[in-house]
Amino acid sequence: MEKFISLTDTAVPLEIENIDTDQIIPARFLKATDKEGFGENLFQDWRFDKAGTPDPKFNLNNKKYKGSILVTGNNFGCGSSREHAAWALKAYGFKVIVSSYFADIFKGNSLNNGLLPLQVSPDFLKKIFTAINTDPSEKLHVDLEDQLIKITSSGEAEKFEIDPYKKNCLINGFDDIDFLVSRKDAIQKFEENNFQFQKN
Amino acid sequence: MKKTLFDKIWDAHVVESIPAGPDILYIDKHLIHEVTSPQAFNELKERGISILRPKQIVATADHNTPTINQHLPIKDLLSRNQLKQLTKNCEDNNITLYGLGHPYNGIVHVMTPELGITQPGMTLVCGDSHTSTHGAFGTIAFGIGTSQVAQVFASQCLLVDKPKKLRVNVNGKLQQGVLPKDVILYIISKLGTNSGTGYFCEYAGNVFEDMSMEGRMTVCNMSIEMGARGGLIAPDEVTFDYLEGKEFAPKGEDFEMMKVYWKTLKTEEGAEFDQEYSFDASDIEPMITYGTNPGMGIKLSDSIPMNTGKSDEKALEYMGFKEGEFLIDKPINYIFIGSCTNSRIEDFRTAANYIKGKQKAANVNALIVPGSRQVAEQIKAEGLQLIFEEAGFSLRQPGCSACLAMNDDKIPAGEYCVSTSNRNFEGRQGQGSRTLLASPLTAAATAIAGKITNFTQNLN
Repeated sequence: MEKFISLTDTAVPLEIENIDTDQIIPARFLKATDKEGFGENLFQDWRFDKAGTPDPKFNLNNKKYKGSILVTGNNFGCGSSREHAAWALKAYGFKVIVSSYFADIFKGNSLNNGLLPLQVSPDFLKKIFTAINTDPSEKLHVDLEDQLIKITSSGEAEKFEIDPYKKNCLINGFDDIDFLVSRKDAIQKFEENNFQFQKN
Repeated sequence: MKKTLFDKIWDAHVVESIPAGPDILYIDKHLIHEVTSPQAFNELKERGISILRPKQIVATADHNTPTINQHLPIKDLLSRNQLKQLTKNCEDNNITLYGLGHPYNGIVHVMTPELGITQPGMTLVCGDSHTSTHGAFGTIAFGIGTSQVAQVFASQCLLVDKPKKLRVNVNGKLQQGVLPKDVILYIISKLGTNSGTGYFCEYAGNVFEDMSMEGRMTVCNMSIEMGARGGLIAPDEVTFDYLEGKEFAPKGEDFEMMKVYWKTLKTEEGAEFDQEYSFDASDIEPMITYGTNPGMGIKLSDSIPMNTGKSDEKALEYMGFKEGEFLIDKPINYIFIGSCTNSRIEDFRTAANYIKGKQKAANVNALIVPGSRQVAEQIKAEGLQLIFEEAGFSLRQPGCSACLAMNDDKIPAGEYCVSTSNRNFEGRQGQGSRTLLASPLTAAATAIAGKITNFTQNLN
């Protein structure tokens, strides 16, 4: 897995709440058997109309906004468990998603792909939106080691929470498979002691 | 400390707890389907790791299968390739696959319970958020991403933080015409779509105790729509009666032995929850959604609430509705009875009972999609097929179908569909489609009337 340590970049604001994974990547694009190519279909039905014309009102199409940080409304990534949503965001070029709340499965999927779901307070989220709306070239600084996110122009910053195990994985580029496979003996011992669970 | 039902199952499956980190949770059953598994198989192959416990995996094809002419090669090349890949992956790894055409084929959350694969006290996962369905058996069941599918392949375990505990109590007497779907839509409308995030939800109270297993599955199925990773209901005689004699359920003495254990799976008196809500059953009426998330639901007889924020405005604009508007008498051209929420035999019995002797309205396309081959056979055996066909409904072959429109079963742009599925997200049932979630009874009544109707006065 790709490492994540820190980042300073501009951000794309998407001030919409409850963005579900069906919007991030519609189901009709889930027919692939590999992880390639999902980036071009990210937010497909919000980016383009049925004829394929880009919607200028949608911020991913707005040249004012660019960068590897996506700032979104509350409860981002709800709905379907499709990891394709995390793959699409990553392939499009995002490295950090900022929101005041993430749906559980999406959060896990992002962390498993080196994409940082960064949860801030509703107040700080508002400040970020205001800063970007005022100046689209505003840069955000994200430091995973210090668990800090900063609006660079004003210096306003907030600490964020992350599971220490997951933090370690991201900083070092480790993933769960390596770890779980290394615990094989303990797992087998558990199976021997708990036969009733796998009998059927 | 007193334990909840959830604690008992979780604690019994913890292999190790990582200090200041997640638990290594042992997984008893792993269900897979064509859409979220191929990249996990690739992952293992690339790393040269073999699947640790193939016998604990069950596979089905459901998400992008066609619902007509299933005996013919699938026209859509990508879908065909994905199903071919699933077959090959299962063959290569000795995994049992109930593929298209197999008598046990069906939607993963319909066919595994009906085969007795889902049992109380288990941990069960699938790369599908509606895995919460299986919680109806008193099972810790939750949806996972593809990276986690690969983790379970490799280790039969997952690294997960123990969720917080939530209990939702519903007590009292349900009104006539109120189905389990209405109960869960009501709960989500009250609590919102992210109230359950970070939690596992136990449903308690006489309303759930009095429900059939199929009703309980409908309720648990939609736990994820309020953000909860899973929902569960304590197993009882209803659960044991349902399981007894099922193909893969334990038999004879084994069954009796397991029953002794299953009976211990209850929340102890005085056990604490991090959050608890209680509702009065008599306040619940047939429900319908008007927006673009499952929390945007109202009683069929109510008007759309005055909206509060930007996202609500966006939802109403998409749906073509206005605040304060009533949905009764809205013309509807599509209804869909199906999906892992409502495609079990009781759903079709309820619909058929209402439809019997009536005709669908001329403007309506009415799609009936059973959840499994076994349900489809039962529809025939009970004579429901005839009722549907005489009323002008289109009865299809099993699959996820128009719930997520990965196959050809799509609702056209701009059209409304009263649907028994679980999500009313923008474009969920096809690009530009507008979904109104409701019970099978509400969907059936809509099809007959050609518009949204307050059908409760027609019930006898």
